[in-house]
Amino acid sequence: MTTTVETPLLAVRDLRVDFAGPHGPVPAVRGVDLTVRRGETLGIVGESGSGKSVTALSVLGLLPHTASLHGSVRLDGRELVGLPGKELAAIRGHRVAMVFQDPLSAFTPVYRIGDQIAEAVRIHQPVDKAAARRRAAELLDLVGIPAPERALDSFPHEFSGGMRQRAMIAMAIANDPDILLADEPTTALDVTIQAQVLDVLRTAQRETGAALVLVSHDLGVIAGMADRVAVMYAGRVVETAGVDELFAAPRHPYTLGLIGAVPRLDGRGGPLVPIPGAPAPMADLPTGCPFAARCPLAEDRCSAAEPELAGDEGHLAACVRSAELAERRPAPAEVFPVPELPAAVGSAAGSGDRGSVAGSGDRGSRAPVLAVSGLGKTFPLLKGTVFKRKVGEVYAVDGVDLDLREGETLGLVGESGSGKSTTLFELLNLAAPETGRIELLGHDAAALSRAEAHRLRAELQIVFQDPMASLDPRMPIGDIVAEPLRAQHAAREEIARRVPELLRQVGLDPDHAARYPHQFSGGQRQRVSIARALAVRPKLLVLDEPVSALDVSIQAGVLNLLQALKAELGLSYLFVSHDLSVIRHLADRVSVMYLGRTVEQGEVSAVFDRPRHPYTRALLSAVPLPDPAAERARDRILLAGDPPSPTERHTGCPFRTRCPVYAGLADPAARTRCEQERPALVGDTPAQDHQAACHYPES
Amino acid sequence: MTTVAAEPTAPPAAPRTTGRGRLVLTRLLSARGAVAGAVLVLLLFALAFGGPYLTPWDYATPDFGALHQPPSAEHWFGTNGIGQDVFAQTVRGLQKSLVIGLLVALFSTVLASLVGACAGYFGGWTDRALMFLVDLLLVFPSFLIITIVSPRLKSTGWIAFVLLLALFNWMITARVVRSMTISLREREFVRAARFMGVRPLRIITRHILPNVASFLIIDATIAVGGAVMSETALSYFGFGVKAPDVSLGTLLAAGTSEAPVFPWLFYFAAGLLVLFVLAVNLIGDGLRDALDPTAGGPRRRRSARRKKP
Ligand SMILES: Nc1ncnc2c1ncn2[C@@H]1O[C@H](COP(=O)(O)OP(=O)(O)O)[C@@H](O)[C@H]1O
Ligand code: SF4
Ligand code: SF4
Ligand SMILES: [Mg+2]
Repeated sequence: MTTTVETPLLAVRDLRVDFAGPHGPVPAVRGVDLTVRRGETLGIVGESGSGKSVTALSVLGLLPHTASLHGSVRLDGRELVGLPGKELAAIRGHRVAMVFQDPLSAFTPVYRIGDQIAEAVRIHQPVDKAAARRRAAELLDLVGIPAPERALDSFPHEFSGGMRQRAMIAMAIANDPDILLADEPTTALDVTIQAQVLDVLRTAQRETGAALVLVSHDLGVIAGMADRVAVMYAGRVVETAGVDELFAAPRHPYTLGLIGAVPRLDGRGGPLVPIPGAPAPMADLPTGCPFAARCPLAEDRCSAAEPELAGDEGHLAACVRSAELAERRPAPAEVFPVPELPAAVGSAAGSGDRGSVAGSGDRGSRAPVLAVSGLGKTFPLLKGTVFKRKVGEVYAVDGVDLDLREGETLGLVGESGSGKSTTLFELLNLAAPETGRIELLGHDAAALSRAEAHRLRAELQIVFQDPMASLDPRMPIGDIVAEPLRAQHAAREEIARRVPELLRQVGLDPDHAARYPHQFSGGQRQRVSIARALAVRPKLLVLDEPVSALDVSIQAGVLNLLQALKAELGLSYLFVSHDLSVIRHLADRVSVMYLGRTVEQGEVSAVFDRPRHPYTRALLSAVPLPDPAAERARDRILLAGDPPSPTERHTGCPFRTRCPVYAGLADPAARTRCEQERPALVGDTPAQDHQAACHYPES
Repeated sequence: MTTVAAEPTAPPAAPRTTGRGRLVLTRLLSARGAVAGAVLVLLLFALAFGGPYLTPWDYATPDFGALHQPPSAEHWFGTNGIGQDVFAQTVRGLQKSLVIGLLVALFSTVLASLVGACAGYFGGWTDRALMFLVDLLLVFPSFLIITIVSPRLKSTGWIAFVLLLALFNWMITARVVRSMTISLREREFVRAARFMGVRPLRIITRHILPNVASFLIIDATIAVGGAVMSETALSYFGFGVKAPDVSLGTLLAAGTSEAPVFPWLFYFAAGLLVLFVLAVNLIGDGLRDALDPTAGGPRRRRSARRKKP
């Protein structure tokens, strides 16, 4: 058709993969075409289960035995499908290398990192041991691992997640591959570490000139990295285009929905655009367009036959109405139904506009729901297997201040290990904290009697991150939702009346009360969790990463629900998340934690638009934006290294080891201040709701 | 915070309780194996307690005119070496063994699950004390103790014997339950219940035990057969069930050596024991599936996924 002279580096044609299931084969990939040219980055996005990983694994011939594969995968014109295992192994690692989501699975735990990388070198190159080791050190240096010579002798478990991911990239590029396949390489990492690793991937690509196939569910990551993007749904590519084109003018309703569903760091307010329904069941797909059940544009002809991937040069979409979308260029909210959010009924939230609730001067007049000051919690660090000796302390929380008023949402942000969950558990214990003071709804937690504590439990409920783990798998959801009511000794009739009411309130069918958690999808389970938390009409809901286990399109629905419930019931939320975009979208105030301490807090737009603490600034700059143009134009503040270990109590500022401001301080006296004096959480002006714990804040 | 209550919501009447208990029962009743097992156990009980009325012979009184007779119209299961009617003996033995097997399994499982779950859940001091008890009982030669104690308990009869057997039969199970509980305790759903103010014992009964139920049930079904057999061993040494009284165990012990020549002395008792253990296993399997919602239930699968989230 086209007159390309150059054969593409990698050409996948009509790839089909089926897995053996209990009731016959279940398709995972259903006819995928991909083309990767030399040196380019192809991004693959889609919800979990859409077949992204299986596609990537197929290229390497790494599928399990239960899979059957059809179609063609050509590397430089050479067919890989059907190649004997030995020849595939020679290509794997040499010409095509893979970076996995979980780097622990790629390293053998009992061998040193250096030996494993050196071995990867020696498999494909005729060099001696010493040379291979030198090469390994060079590679570790290239991916930014400090003291590479020493790192060679470390074991995988001695590395942090980010370091392991770098080491795996080092191993992947050991033989100058032509293609790097990265399957969700940063999904398990914190944003600042993610930014580092993505940077390393760019470096690696630059150094080796390899093409990169980047699989991710995160549109922001894709926007920042990819040249071209393929969107997958139900085992097929439903749209593919250049990255700018795709984000600016999507031609498939699914892509449009995905873009609308992501909460954004830049700009706020308004409900998100949830894609209704759940991903198509792969075991029994409908005839016709697999997206039809969720598509607001669906017509009769959509269910007649599955639309082919079609369109003009470089921008293809598998939708019968793609031409129309290309012409009309609607915004996501114009296509997908967006729920109306009720106005807030919070007692003093006069205007009803969330932005002004926290900003308005009457904040002080509203009842405090939660007031925490100087909270601290240490865990003993034990050593020895038989006789446990205490060898030190982990300062998990070391100076947290929180302030939450009625009807507000306080976002608590911080990287993993910064002490967010410990803080929550300290609050929920309803007992005297180790140090500091907790005041809940006007009660001092230290002075509660048992009966008072039990009563207070009803005012304070929690929603956990992983709905599958937090719902008893052996209880029907009706019983699960009734549990807090039973714990508060509610009458039988009250329980029987409340359960269907609650299920309806969170958008579930009350008739499903007799079903068990595993019969629901992730988003629905999180709704069950929310219903359970609401059962006893609490005043404060503690949400511990409530949406981070969910796909974006599902997440949007849950976030909208939370916003609606808050307005309707006048709840206050303490919302913990590592995702700053979600916080920005939902919270009125935000509190940023680093190494067990509150480093910055204040009204959300003040903190996000004018961050004062260097850590907050770095955090914000590390969040990928789902907008390729903006993403390219940004300056990024890359933080060096990992957070230090919380087993040491640092004098002075705990952020010093990674602080770019401190690193840039010329005056030794100024540096000494950071080293010796612990910065207090103070504001620029007392009137403003915005404080930072830094000696040299940005003003 | 009265907004919700003010909403004109669902008809408040008709509290359809679809709690777990009822769901499990429904699933159990629709599992064919479990129902068959239960029917079989009921039939065995009917035979054990109704059987003596069907025959004119008494299990103890010998018929000196018929020694070592094979089954006949007179003596349905034949007679033994001293002319006792094997049918009368077998149903009498069945009475004892059914009761001993089921009760010992029940008592020891309940004890094991409570002790194990409490030790695992509360940890610390409770754990140490309970595990010390378990270890103590484990190192005690249980048979020796039963031998010493059981003569003194003669007057209290078989129930004391059942309790004794149960008392020496739960420790390993308790240890396993404890370690399963320790890992369950840190699971989020247990934590969630704790933060909701659910009391510890309720958490144990409503969350911990159902989640170790598969293990407990398998263990209990094995314990039924085990109890019948350990009763045999004890009876063999002259404790527990004493002649002229009989149990399936004593009958088997007596009949084993004679089985090649006088098969009726062995096979009727053995067959009933096998039936009994089989029936218990069927019930156990059914119960396990009924408690485990992921085990392919009789109806409703998947369709929940279609609902909009
Ligand atoms: N080893 C396997 N056995 C059976 N089914 C599998 C296996 N691996 C993946 N699948 C199925 O293949 C489909 C696509 O999975 P995957 O490629 O991992 O999706 P993604 O990476 O987009 O999240 C899913 O329905 C998944 O359940
Ligand atoms: S083909 Fe029809 S159902 Fe499928 S995405 Fe396009 S408009 Fe929607
Ligand atoms: S106090 Fe010093 S080290 Fe700490 S954040 Fe501020 S400038 Fe950096
Ligand atoms: Mg995947």
